[in-house]
Amino acid sequence: MGARGRRGVHKKASAVKDTQWPLWEVFVQEKTGSPHEHAGSVHAPDAELALQNARDTYARRGPVTSVWVVEARHISATTPDDSPFLLGPGPEKLYRHPRFYKGAKE
Amino acid sequence: MNEAERARRFRARIDAGEKIEPKDWMPDAYRSQLVRMISQHAHSEIVGQLPEGNWITRAPSLRRKLGLLAKVQDEAGHGLYLYAAAETLGVSREELVDGLLSGAAKYSSIFNYPTLTWADIGAIGWLVDGAAILNQTMLTKCSYGPYARAMVRICKEERFHERQGYEIMRALAQGTAAQQSLAQDALDRWWWPTLMMFGPPDDASVHNETLMAWGVKQKSNDELRQWFVDLAVPQAQALPLVIPDPELRFDVETKHWRTGPIDWDEFWRVVRGGGICNRDRLRARREAHEEGQWVREAAEAYTKKRRR
Repeated sequence: MGARGRRGVHKKASAVKDTQWPLWEVFVQEKTGSPHEHAGSVHAPDAELALQNARDTYARRGPVTSVWVVEARHISATTPDDSPFLLGPGPEKLYRHPRFYKGAKE
Repeated sequence: MNEAERARRFRARIDAGEKIEPKDWMPDAYRSQLVRMISQHAHSEIVGQLPEGNWITRAPSLRRKLGLLAKVQDEAGHGLYLYAAAETLGVSREELVDGLLSGAAKYSSIFNYPTLTWADIGAIGWLVDGAAILNQTMLTKCSYGPYARAMVRICKEERFHERQGYEIMRALAQGTAAQQSLAQDALDRWWWPTLMMFGPPDDASVHNETLMAWGVKQKSNDELRQWFVDLAVPQAQALPLVIPDPELRFDVETKHWRTGPIDWDEFWRVVRGGGICNRDRLRARREAHEEGQWVREAAEAYTKKRRR
C-alpha cells in the first residue's frame, strides 16, 4: 500500500473544495502494554498528515503512548450477516472452555 | 430476511440494551435522525468556538488565557469526533461542512448570543458547558455505538470546561462591586438561553418520543432541564449570585427547584435566525473556511511532491 496505491484517489481532489480527503481510522494506545484501541477517524491526503491530524484530534491530553492510522479502504471487516458462521465458536463447542472439564472449582 | 423481520430484530436489540454499529441494519428513520442529531451537535461544537474565541486575546491573565485556549481547542476536537461519528452513517464530511456553511444545517442557538464581557466567558463555561455535559452524559448511553463512544471521550475531556467557567464566576462574584455586577449581568443574560438549550418542552417536541423509544436518548428535554436547574441553583447561591427568575422556588414535596415560564417565542425566534449573532457566526465560519483553503492546498501539494 505505497504511493502507487493511493494515486488514483486524489486526482480530482484539488478541484474539489477538499474536506473529502481519504478517511483514516485512528487507533490509540493509552499506556505501553495496552492494546491499541479504535478512537475515531480523520481525513488526510497522506499517512504523515493523517498521523499529525490524529495527534491533534485524539491525543490532545495524555496519556497516549502510541498512535496508529490506517486508510479505511484497507480495512476488511466482517459484516453482521456472516457473524454467526465466522465468529463462532458457538454454543456446541463448550469443550473449548475450562468449565467443560471437571475437577477443582474455579 | 424481510423488512418487518429486520425491524423486529432491531427493536429486540434496542430493548436488550445492545449497541447498534455502523454496518448493522437500521431503519431509515433511525439513521436520518442520528445524522440530524450528531451533525447538529458537531456544528454546535465548531460554532461554539466563536463566542469564546472572541475573548482569547483579552483574557485577564496568562492562567485564564491558557485555560480558554485549551477549551476552544477542545471544542474543535469535539466537533471532529462528532463529524467522524456522523460519517459512519454514510454521510460525507463534505456534505456536513457544506450544510453548516450554506446555513441549511442547525446548531445550538445558544451560540447566537454575544459575549459582551469577560464574565460571559465564566457564564458560558459554568452554565452552557454545564448544561451540555448533562446532555452528553446521557448520550454516553446512546444506542448508536459510535455516538456513545464519542460522548465518553468528550465527557472525559469536558469536565474542566465547566470548572474553569465556575472559577471565573467565583473570582468575579467575590471581587469588587464592579466585578460583582459584571458577573450578575452575565448570569442575567445567559440563564434563560441556557434553559432553552435542552430544547422545546416535551409536549411540543417532535423528536423526543421517537428518540427515547430508540434508546438514542434516555431522558426527555424537560427531565434534562430539571436536572440542570437542580444543580445550578445551589451553585448560584454559593457564588453568591441571584438567578434572574422571581418565580423560582423550591418544591418541598418533590425536592425540585421550579422555574417560572420560559419564553419559547424567544427560543423559536433565535432558532429561525433572528438571534443577535446568527449572521455573524455563519460569516465567521465561511471566512475561516475560505481563509484555510491555502492550508488544504499546501497539504495536497506536499503529498503530491513526495509521491513523485
